Amino acid sequence: MSKPDASIQRRIGYTEKVIEHFTNPRNVGKLEDADVTAKVGSVACGDLIKLYLKIDQNTERIEKITFESYGCAANIATSSILTELAKGKTLEEARKITFKDIADELGGLPKIKMHCAVLSKTGLDAAISKYYAMKGKAKIDDTLVKLLLKGVLDPITGVDIISSKTTESISIEDHTVTIALRVDEKSPIAKELENDIREAFEGLSVSLNIVFKGSQHSTK
Amino acid sequence: MIYLDNAETTPVDPEVAKIVLDYMVEHFGLPGGEFGHHLQEEATEAVEKAREIIAGKIGAEPSEIVFTSGATESNNLAIKGVAYHPSYKRGRVVTSAIEHKSVLDTALNLRRLGYQVEVLPVDSEGFVDLDRLQSVLSGSCLVSIQHANQEIGTLQDLKAIGEICREKGVLFHTDAAQSFAKESLDVKAMNIDLMSITSHLIHGPKGVGALYVREGVELLPLIEGDGRERGLRSGSQNVPAIVGFAEAVKRATPEDAAKMRKLRDRLIDRLLQVEDSKLNGPRGEKRVCHNVNVTFKYVEGEALLLQAEMQGLVCNTGSACYSQRLEPSHVITAIGGTHEDAHGSMRLSLSKMTTQEEVDAAAEILSNVVVRLRSFSPLTRRRG
Repeated sequence: MSKPDASIQRRIGYTEKVIEHFTNPRNVGKLEDADVTAKVGSVACGDLIKLYLKIDQNTERIEKITFESYGCAANIATSSILTELAKGKTLEEARKITFKDIADELGGLPKIKMHCAVLSKTGLDAAISKYYAMKGKAKIDDTLVKLLLKGVLDPITGVDIISSKTTESISIEDHTVTIALRVDEKSPIAKELENDIREAFEGLSVSLNIVFKGSQHSTK
Repeated sequence: MIYLDNAETTPVDPEVAKIVLDYMVEHFGLPGGEFGHHLQEEATEAVEKAREIIAGKIGAEPSEIVFTSGATESNNLAIKGVAYHPSYKRGRVVTSAIEHKSVLDTALNLRRLGYQVEVLPVDSEGFVDLDRLQSVLSGSCLVSIQHANQEIGTLQDLKAIGEICREKGVLFHTDAAQSFAKESLDVKAMNIDLMSITSHLIHGPKGVGALYVREGVELLPLIEGDGRERGLRSGSQNVPAIVGFAEAVKRATPEDAAKMRKLRDRLIDRLLQVEDSKLNGPRGEKRVCHNVNVTFKYVEGEALLLQAEMQGLVCNTGSACYSQRLEPSHVITAIGGTHEDAHGSMRLSLSKMTTQEEVDAAAEILSNVVVRLRSFSPLTRRRG
């Protein structure tokens, strides 16, 4: 009988390093003193990560970085290697990490699992952009708001609320961000969505105005 | 290794293997020829004896058993054989949303040929609504509804479905691959016209199965040639496999099923002790004796499966991430499960060889892996 590890490598195409990081992921768990967090992916796709970063204010160096993962072996391994690659780098250096770097560092990924490397990279970008906005080094604009809302998932479908068109409109005035959702105020998911959105904007000095504009199915 | 993927395939019983080998090496003849020679006669006798044993298991006549290469071929032959036959005038084909792909895709392909195909939904435990079935029978020529579901173990009420179909004069085919020689089946009492069964799920060899074709039911063959198997399935019979199939049937006992049922319930109870887990499919007598399917929330099936495998437990998952097409299980979504439910669904399937120690160890391994993966899942903690 063939050994499971070797067999897993052959049949899915995971390298030894992918399996090693999947079995012993580095830097896992919540980081209580994180300066910034970012959650990307979707439950529907079975691919979700949350990154926690502790950043030195003066040098903008990533002192600590951890992750939580809901996903397959490739999701766990790419997140694990990403934290290894980003740790100790300045934000500008970390930003230059590509999804290809992540895959290469793992000795390659099967083609159908490449999106996992893209997701980790997206997560890191979201965290860095959010940090800059928090420190007043970047504007809170439409792009950033959308990036953050892509980490908020419809609790029923698991699809992010930008892709699922749950978000009707976004407007930004001074320090107020107004987000209109195609969700009924009385709907059971309304509260959960509001909490998730507030969590996504945590740390940013903006006041959030979340408007529920009824179900997207109720009106024709 | 603890092997709990017996709904996928089973190891061949060593005693069965001996007989198969014997018919490969010693009695290697092939049935055929008007008078034949003694090797042909030996083969004919062996195949006819096998037909008798298998027919006996389901209350059929030996002449009503057609040997095929397995349940996939049997399902194809039953559905296309009826649909293409001029006697049935291209009537509607009715099936359910949780059938095996060899039924569902065959039926859906008929749509492309202009047939009307009705795919019945199922409830949250996987049961077909009989009133709904009743309402689509007029103008239908065939109903194909499985006995036991391959993923969640739901046992449909074949007797009730058979009665409804017979009353309306619609042919009833059932894919009984998962339940054959485990749950009791009686084609006469259940008014079944066509039934697919297979060998490799009951410790027989792979590549052999059968289709029960009730006397009087007309089918257009898919494979034509030498006219073997009543002209419904030409080509040299796989004699060793057929003999092995029958031997495996002989060795399947109601006691085995009772033992599996007990261990199944034990395993379900243990797995449901894990927080935020839920059983997919029904409990009790309406669940096939060897199937367990549990969704563990907040974790993804591929990760679960691989970690379990590295610790010596082999099982299965409905997760999209563990499929080449990245699609979640059509069965879990049909019973109203979310994609998340499918991603975290694990199927553990028993055989008569499974022991209580194995079941307990499997529950232990899987519970530990779930806890470990949840320890760094961002979904685990729900904010109050």
